[in-house]
Amino acid sequence: MSLLTVDKLTKSFGGLTAVSNVSLHIDKGELVGLIGPNGAGKTTLFNLLTGVYVPSSGSIRLEKDGRQKELGGLKPYHVTKEGLARTFQNIRLFKDLSVLDNVRIAMHQNVRYRLGSAFLHLNKYHNEEDELIAEAERLLDIFHLSHKKNELAKNLPYGEQRHLEIARALATKPSVLLLDEPAAGMNPNETAALTDIIGWIRKEFDLTILLIEHDMSLVMKICERIYVLDYGMLIASGKPEEIRSNKKVIEAYLGEDVNNA
Amino acid sequence: MRALTKKNLLILLSILLTFGVVEALITVGIINSFYEITIATICINIILAVSLNLVTGFTGQFSLGHAGFMSIGAYVCAIINMHMNSTVGFLVGTLAGAFMAMMVGILVGIPTLRLRGDYLAIATLGMAEIIRVLFLNMEITNGAAGLNGIPRYTNWIWLFTFTAGTIILINNFIKSSHGRACISIREDEIAAESMGINTTKYKVMAFAIGGFFAGIAGALYSSYFYFVKPDLFGFLKSIDILVIVVLGGMGSITGSVIAAVALALISTFLQSFTAVRMIVYAALLVVIMIFRPQGLMGTKEITDLFKFKSGKKEEKIQ
Repeated sequence: MSLLTVDKLTKSFGGLTAVSNVSLHIDKGELVGLIGPNGAGKTTLFNLLTGVYVPSSGSIRLEKDGRQKELGGLKPYHVTKEGLARTFQNIRLFKDLSVLDNVRIAMHQNVRYRLGSAFLHLNKYHNEEDELIAEAERLLDIFHLSHKKNELAKNLPYGEQRHLEIARALATKPSVLLLDEPAAGMNPNETAALTDIIGWIRKEFDLTILLIEHDMSLVMKICERIYVLDYGMLIASGKPEEIRSNKKVIEAYLGEDVNNA
Repeated sequence: MRALTKKNLLILLSILLTFGVVEALITVGIINSFYEITIATICINIILAVSLNLVTGFTGQFSLGHAGFMSIGAYVCAIINMHMNSTVGFLVGTLAGAFMAMMVGILVGIPTLRLRGDYLAIATLGMAEIIRVLFLNMEITNGAAGLNGIPRYTNWIWLFTFTAGTIILINNFIKSSHGRACISIREDEIAAESMGINTTKYKVMAFAIGGFFAGIAGALYSSYFYFVKPDLFGFLKSIDILVIVVLGGMGSITGSVIAAVALALISTFLQSFTAVRMIVYAALLVVIMIFRPQGLMGTKEITDLFKFKSGKKEEKIQ
């Protein structure tokens, strides 16, 4: 059963079509990879899915409570509320806030106390803030960050910043998690650790994951299916072994038929 | 209620102490009516600066129109108070002025808050000018001559109550999830939006709350100084408030309070040297900005400087 369905999605910027007629689907519980050479339109596709861009045409549908919900044209915060959370390719943490606050801010959409309690710090405020802190610490524990909860996000080492971004995305309680190059800039050891964590949170949080990644060791190891984009168009899709031997994919990455040159 | 932590007790104690000391000094006569004006100015400026800090320092929305909100509170309270000459009239006027300012904040905020940085600053500047020109041309506000003989109900007790109330309420708001939503907009608007924060809503909310308290400050002003005219609430007044916020530290309530007190004291002290007064004042600002570009307090609060060793470790918000 398809959880996220993208149908003939197109986005043009003036004369440039960054994403052209892309159709894909992700089933519940799947871990799907999205790869392609630089400038293929992967991040643009992410931005379309998360509401940062409005699609020129086509539709994005997310199944929620047994109903199909159209996400195209919704604002980013609304998309997040529907259950689609993301991380950013170039880390976008709240740099000057503490690690704990980064996570707590992402929990805000599920906060129930209202302005009155906020202004007067009534019991409701205290009870819920305690819950928030406990929940945030549970999340941070997964990424071994809870002992650093009071540090500023900008003071974390690079790898931990990447982890915090994932923790923050999880704090929005998503059903689909979009990871934009989570292993970028990591060394092989860190990538291996990240691979384990992604597999683990997927089970633990019952997540469906779509990830963009250039690190093929990570993609080939954990993705069940892979979509390949080139020049904004979908050129291949299938299991990792199929993609590895796909002629079009090799051409897109390495240029045309090397042997005949 | 968990109001009785060590930290809260200390805060309560220092609030009562401040009130008691000033009250005693007034009763004994050490603070004469000349210095009382300084105290009124300090309190009103604290309310203005703390409320502008919520908009500019915490939510990151650069506003040059705070005096506009202040003027709405001042005029509404004055008009109501002149028709209802009693303490009740004063309080009704103050609240009405604050609500009116808040409504204007919402109305102006919805279309303008999609602008960023310099553009928003210009738009808010325009808003304040429109409000000023409206008061200049309306009959009920008596045009350029302004309103005279407003009954005086603002005294030290009311000034203190409203000032302490403003600081506590805005501080509580900032330390709530809603306040953190506002701060996240300052940090990274796109990331905030992607984390489920309705950024437009929280920008307008910050603007509205800021307007509300600026309205209260205006009401206290008109009721203390008997007299309001449109010129008092021009561009320069907005800049004055902004200077306090920047000097104290964008994103520090304690900073705004300290800067409001310090600037008023410096200004009072320099009154005896009329000729060089503005030069010294301006030079002082330049020097402070060179050596403390982040403002006196940066984004720190005074409570961050003390370590409270009660059962639970205190959370650092900034």
